[in-house]
Amino acid sequence: MDIFLQQIINGLVQGSIYALVALGYTMVYGIMGLINFAHGEVVMIGTLVTITVAGTLIKVGMPVALAGLAGLSAAVLVCMALGWGLERIAYRPLRNAPRLTPLITAIGMSIVLQNVAMIVWGRNYLTFPHLLPKINFEFAGASFTAVQVMIVVVSGLTMAGLIFLVYRTKLGMAMRATAQNPQVASLMGVNSNRVISAAFVIGSALGALAGVMVGTYYEIAHYQMGFMLGLKAFTAAVLGGIGNLAGAMIGGVLLGIIEALGAGYIGDLTGGFLGSHYQDIFAFVVLIVVLMFKPSGLFGEKTGDRA
Amino acid sequence: MLEVTGLRVAYGGIQAVRSITFHVNEGEMVALIGANGAGKTSTLKAISRVLDAAGGDVHFCGEKITRIPSHDIIRKGIALVPEGRGVFPRLTVAENLAMGAFVRSDAVDVEKDLKMVYGYFPRLKERETQLAGTLSGGEQQMLAIGRALMSRPRLLLLDEPSMGLAPIMVQKIFEVIRLVAAQGMTILLIEQNAKLALETSQRGYVMESGEITLNGDAKDLLNDPKVRAAYLGE
Repeated sequence: MDIFLQQIINGLVQGSIYALVALGYTMVYGIMGLINFAHGEVVMIGTLVTITVAGTLIKVGMPVALAGLAGLSAAVLVCMALGWGLERIAYRPLRNAPRLTPLITAIGMSIVLQNVAMIVWGRNYLTFPHLLPKINFEFAGASFTAVQVMIVVVSGLTMAGLIFLVYRTKLGMAMRATAQNPQVASLMGVNSNRVISAAFVIGSALGALAGVMVGTYYEIAHYQMGFMLGLKAFTAAVLGGIGNLAGAMIGGVLLGIIEALGAGYIGDLTGGFLGSHYQDIFAFVVLIVVLMFKPSGLFGEKTGDRA
Repeated sequence: MLEVTGLRVAYGGIQAVRSITFHVNEGEMVALIGANGAGKTSTLKAISRVLDAAGGDVHFCGEKITRIPSHDIIRKGIALVPEGRGVFPRLTVAENLAMGAFVRSDAVDVEKDLKMVYGYFPRLKERETQLAGTLSGGEQQMLAIGRALMSRPRLLLLDEPSMGLAPIMVQKIFEVIRLVAAQGMTILLIEQNAKLALETSQRGYVMESGEITLNGDAKDLLNDPKVRAAYLGE
């Protein structure tokens, strides 16, 4: 089996998920300069809601595909409401506060959501229902599954849809205008509160989708899973240039591939001293390197000293 | 049409505008002149609700607009060309103009107004697909004025349209402002270039340290010895 090709495929799959989550960070940052550190928890809630809804429906005898769709819809709706509520309750009252305040609030909300999830779903690892049949494909010595294909295809389509929304619709234009000059945008009649809510709601819907993908891929979920995923997606957004949509997409895929290659070769590189379970270090090495040498990321504009 | 009564604006404890009263009648062009820091821009910001007034009232067409949100100002028919132009740098010229028509749903008339704006400023038509941030200062000013016209306003507020522009560009911009005024548009013009502003307008107000100290016909103000001494460099 060709390790290189195999790891590229694995990285592409993982990277698609990072990209979807990174978009949530970058949309909110682009419009209001806030890093919503609770976004990883929104993804986690999406996964857990799907487990509950799809799992229950399968148990009562609903066809798996239908139950999966119901679970996905429920996750998307719950996460959209959650994103909207987060902004209304936690961030809007701090709109004119110093930059550090909403950042600390975001970390606080992340802790609150983790604990709520722990109370609702418990401390144990939960099994994600099998939503897709286990089919394996072989290609040039590498193998991949139907689930992996589904993740890459659905992410790609979703991101194309998002680009259409942002660059071809009136709402998208209002979002871009607000990101560039909120005061003048409001003089044009744009209600900035609505635009900010839209960024949270759309970002959360993408997060929910990512949550379902993570669940389908790893078949396991936990109330703390959003933390590491969120941190890595944040890294991906920074790598691409936070605030930049294409940057989040490319940064996500790139980070996934870097991680997968790192995990694939770290054993050989260190003479077996470190194993593939050290793959997490690669994301943070990337984060540190980007912050040291190109803090604006691959595609980002100079952003000044935003917290 | 626009009535400002006892308007006050304060930043923290500092009063930028101290109880000013003035009005603009339908179809006329009024200049508000004064030195840098006299409170002219603060006045416009308070009218357009970007800033909260500390006191006083603003009525537009008989309706009190002192407390409505700034994103509803344009729906009342007031368009502001902000100081420093405020174009959206990473939107194209066409998108900037479309933002001007953001609140309108009459697509056919919007298309007509777009043709009109491109008629006023053929340069904008040439640069339609270019990002606004890549335009020269004068072109950005054209864009800011065109964008304001795209909302088909009843009152146009112009904040320092000549600022930072080459004399030839100032001429071009003011040619269009005169054309727009000749079509019957009501305009409140804020300018540091007092001569140009008073020559273009019918009436004028002179603002000093947050207060209106003189007002009258633009021609009379142009000949007023105090105005000549303070603002026309004589």
